[in-house]
Amino acid sequence: MPKDSGIGASSKRREDVRFLTGTGQYTDDINIHGQTYVYFLRSDVAHGKINNIDTSAAAAMPGVVRIFTGADFEGIGSIPCGWQVTDRHGEPMQEPAHPVLAQGKVRHVGDPIAAVVAESLEQARDAAEAIDLDIEELPAVVDMKAALSDGATKVHDDLSSNLCYDWGFVEENKGAVDEAIKNAAHVTTLELVNNRLVANPMEPRVAVGDYNRANDESTLFTTSQNPHVIRLLMGAFVLGIPEHKLRVVAPDVGGGFGTKIFHYAEEAFCTFAARQINRPVKWTASRSEAFMSDAHGRDHVTKIELALDADNNFTAVRTETYANMGAYLSTFAPSVPTWLHGTLMAGNYKTPLIYVNVKAVFTNTVPVDAYRGAGRPEATYQLERVIDKAARELGVDPIALRRQNFITEFPYATPVAVEYDTGNYPATMDKLEEIADLSGFDARRKASEAKGKLRGLGVNCYIEACGIAPSNLVGQLGARAGLYDAATVRVNATGTISVMVGAHSHGQGHETAFPQVVAEMLGIDENMIDIVHGDSSKIPFGMGTYGSRSIAVCGSAMVRATEKIINKAKKIASHLLEASEADIELKDGQFSVAGTDKSVAWGDVTLAAYVPHNYPLEDIEPGLEETAFYDPSNFTYPSGAYACEVEVDPETGKVTIERFAAADDFGNVINPMIVTGQVHGGIGQGIGQALLENCAYDENGQLLSASYMDYAMPRASDVPFYTVDHSCQTPCTHNPLGVKGCGEAGAIGSPPSVVNAVVDALQSGGHNVTHIDMPVSPSRVWAAMNNA
Amino acid sequence: MYNFDFEKPSTIADAVAALATEDAQALGGGQTLLPTMKQRLASPSKIVSLSGISEMQGVCKGDDGSVCIGGATTHATVAASASEYPALAALASNIGDPAVRNRGTIGGSLANNDPAACYPSAALASGATIVTNARQIAADDYFQGMFTTALNEGEIITEVRFPVPEAANYQKFEQPASRFAMVGVFVAKYADGVRVAVTGASEEGVFRWTEAEAALSADFSAHALEGLSVSGEGMINDLHGSGEYRAHLVKVLTKRAVAAC
Repeated sequence: MPKDSGIGASSKRREDVRFLTGTGQYTDDINIHGQTYVYFLRSDVAHGKINNIDTSAAAAMPGVVRIFTGADFEGIGSIPCGWQVTDRHGEPMQEPAHPVLAQGKVRHVGDPIAAVVAESLEQARDAAEAIDLDIEELPAVVDMKAALSDGATKVHDDLSSNLCYDWGFVEENKGAVDEAIKNAAHVTTLELVNNRLVANPMEPRVAVGDYNRANDESTLFTTSQNPHVIRLLMGAFVLGIPEHKLRVVAPDVGGGFGTKIFHYAEEAFCTFAARQINRPVKWTASRSEAFMSDAHGRDHVTKIELALDADNNFTAVRTETYANMGAYLSTFAPSVPTWLHGTLMAGNYKTPLIYVNVKAVFTNTVPVDAYRGAGRPEATYQLERVIDKAARELGVDPIALRRQNFITEFPYATPVAVEYDTGNYPATMDKLEEIADLSGFDARRKASEAKGKLRGLGVNCYIEACGIAPSNLVGQLGARAGLYDAATVRVNATGTISVMVGAHSHGQGHETAFPQVVAEMLGIDENMIDIVHGDSSKIPFGMGTYGSRSIAVCGSAMVRATEKIINKAKKIASHLLEASEADIELKDGQFSVAGTDKSVAWGDVTLAAYVPHNYPLEDIEPGLEETAFYDPSNFTYPSGAYACEVEVDPETGKVTIERFAAADDFGNVINPMIVTGQVHGGIGQGIGQALLENCAYDENGQLLSASYMDYAMPRASDVPFYTVDHSCQTPCTHNPLGVKGCGEAGAIGSPPSVVNAVVDALQSGGHNVTHIDMPVSPSRVWAAMNNA
Repeated sequence: MYNFDFEKPSTIADAVAALATEDAQALGGGQTLLPTMKQRLASPSKIVSLSGISEMQGVCKGDDGSVCIGGATTHATVAASASEYPALAALASNIGDPAVRNRGTIGGSLANNDPAACYPSAALASGATIVTNARQIAADDYFQGMFTTALNEGEIITEVRFPVPEAANYQKFEQPASRFAMVGVFVAKYADGVRVAVTGASEEGVFRWTEAEAALSADFSAHALEGLSVSGEGMINDLHGSGEYRAHLVKVLTKRAVAAC
């Protein structure tokens, strides 16, 4: 029987009340007395030399407070990159400067050139139009392979080329992998594109900078997934503001999906400018600005080869990927195609030899960084597509081929440097076959064919590395920050609790799920517990929310802090009950002495802690507040199996998703309803990538999909009712909750099954189509069917 | 958005007078004009809203049996009220989303003549008459290429008269992002022949597929189109589909429209 509270209960999302009744407090809702507005004049060319910026006429326009250009940021730090990748030859990546406002050159459409601060946004825009710009347009590099060719125009003149790094992993295995592929009974090769995406959270980015001259304190309100990371990066590396004089607040945030992890120039600008003019400075991105200034996602071009022996066992995988960095290195950009991608190339399979080569390339495009899944969708897509292609070439059932090669013993050390602690891949596949009703597919295909449609079935597995991350490990891999998290449990005198957490909730439901854990541990009502997050002045130094890490890392910190609370509360209870501490038991909010009917309630103990009239003051301090920092010892490894059924209209090429099923193993689940919602959202974004979304540039670096008129977001009518199951649970072995994380799974696991299904449908119609790049749009399907 | 003057006259005559100002612009439902102004891509000196003119509102039946729609009538009203011409009502009911349909007007759509708009295909396939404050214009003379019409400066579409066909159907294949017509085909069968108008596909805007009209006038069945083909030349070629693909869709959708009649 389902629980109605605590761990495992589908408690209703308490934060939805304010979101759905319009009482959320988003950054754009924040207005400070004396506030000014900034409008960024952005480059309309992809690459150009700034000969001159004349702001004199603009500065005299009504309402203008001050106009800033790159010259105002001489001596100010560069927007930093948080991860340094070392290349195949042991050399550090090429790392260009990233000024807050362009200096000397503009490098992508949308690169900010000048910032007009005025009394109103309209006045700022009017003045921006009066700025006289002399920009000499230069040839743009857009295509990654062309960017690496001899004589290619350089995005950064001070770098030796457009190559950020050439990474090999595991480099020592390269020879053995080459040999295994040469000697294989069968090799399947697939070249594919993982399409560039724009995250498009419903709330665009916003920043409000404020400065208090009285105490020399700066405050930045910003749309961030990780306020402490922003404080660290901006304070220490860009503006030189010490932590105790810098507060970063991320209030309600309307979706992040990765793109709000990063430290952006606009945040640094508003904080900097507020100090310069001694007034608050506000910026709210228009949707058009979001398209050309939010970090984009994906954009890999890959060749993958899968080698098999005569018995269809996988013997080796070799990949070569070109990963687009865009014009500058966004905060975590270098890690995405490397450590978040190469380490996942074993997938769910016991392939003994793997070699991953990644060439990261600078181009005159918007910077690319983590987007829901971040590297893991790229790994999953190529692996699960090439396995499907191999099954077709070999004439074997694609599910059977996967099952044959599943890892079945845990822990399992992959040849790509990670150790899976738990998993049960046959179980999730069994569950998938059941919930997707795969045995009924043939009948459904006949029904589709009877109405003139082609029907296809696509299946894939996925593995992901979540709970990012063990700090000592990622430090060796180039991370420039720790990736622990932190929680403070503050018990109030009457027994209610505020939990200050480093994780940030921007859709994930932390405000509901986190209290469930504490309530379970203490045996008290969830509603006695509130979560505080998003304000660096209120919360301990945690690293925020991304990489499906919140419950696995921050939740573990919260468990540790709560354990400290319980230990101290038991001491207090033993004093009140005049019993030995060892005999004190906590159950249902009551401390009792084992084997007796003596007990005190949770509230009696908490009151005693703050009104210590009868209290062991000689042994313990008053009060009941504990903090814990938690650094995971390993990643977590959620996994699953997904199935998609599509219909293809053979006349138009239009694909419709008819059925979608997901069987996930997230380990222990705190709130099944929230987990289901996370999977639904992830699948929606995965279907968006597979069928609709495409961020495209022309050869001059102009963004073709710069608005919703051309960038296709998935809508309700594009997705089916999903069948989702997470009853297969192999708990994580190394965190206290046994949780693995669920936020990215849907986006990682769904694209390959969609494309596999489309290929299956087309082949069932007699079309010899082995691959179509995403998005599998009607025109692309039609072209594939007609070799056009 | 730049500053502008605003007038909301209650008669056509007052609207025409108001539009005599240099760079004045008529406002229907604002579904194209307002986003353009917000982007600062248009800077009219004056906006003259047509929504307060009662004689330009609503759907009625003309003496000759035609469906007459006031120029300022919203898509939602056409969808709900043009029951005499079900294919037209169905087209209106599927433009944009509810917000668009409750603001956008037929006069605004036809005056703008977006190459991917739905209404031009209905007007052209129906041989509609575009009535303005100054004259009556046959649909065949009205559409003059992408975003170009026979309207003069300051001329207002006051009414559109649609002869009601024996049978008609509109098939729209949506561009995946905007959900405008990537290709839309309106087929209308009249006693004196069949008319087929195509929107979304051509660089020249809405056009009549005359070969299909001839074939269907002789034999009103999807089979009649078998031997015909449309050239991809002059068709829109963009991120969402090639000219060849759009040309292919013209035929597919025409067949479907005929089959659905």
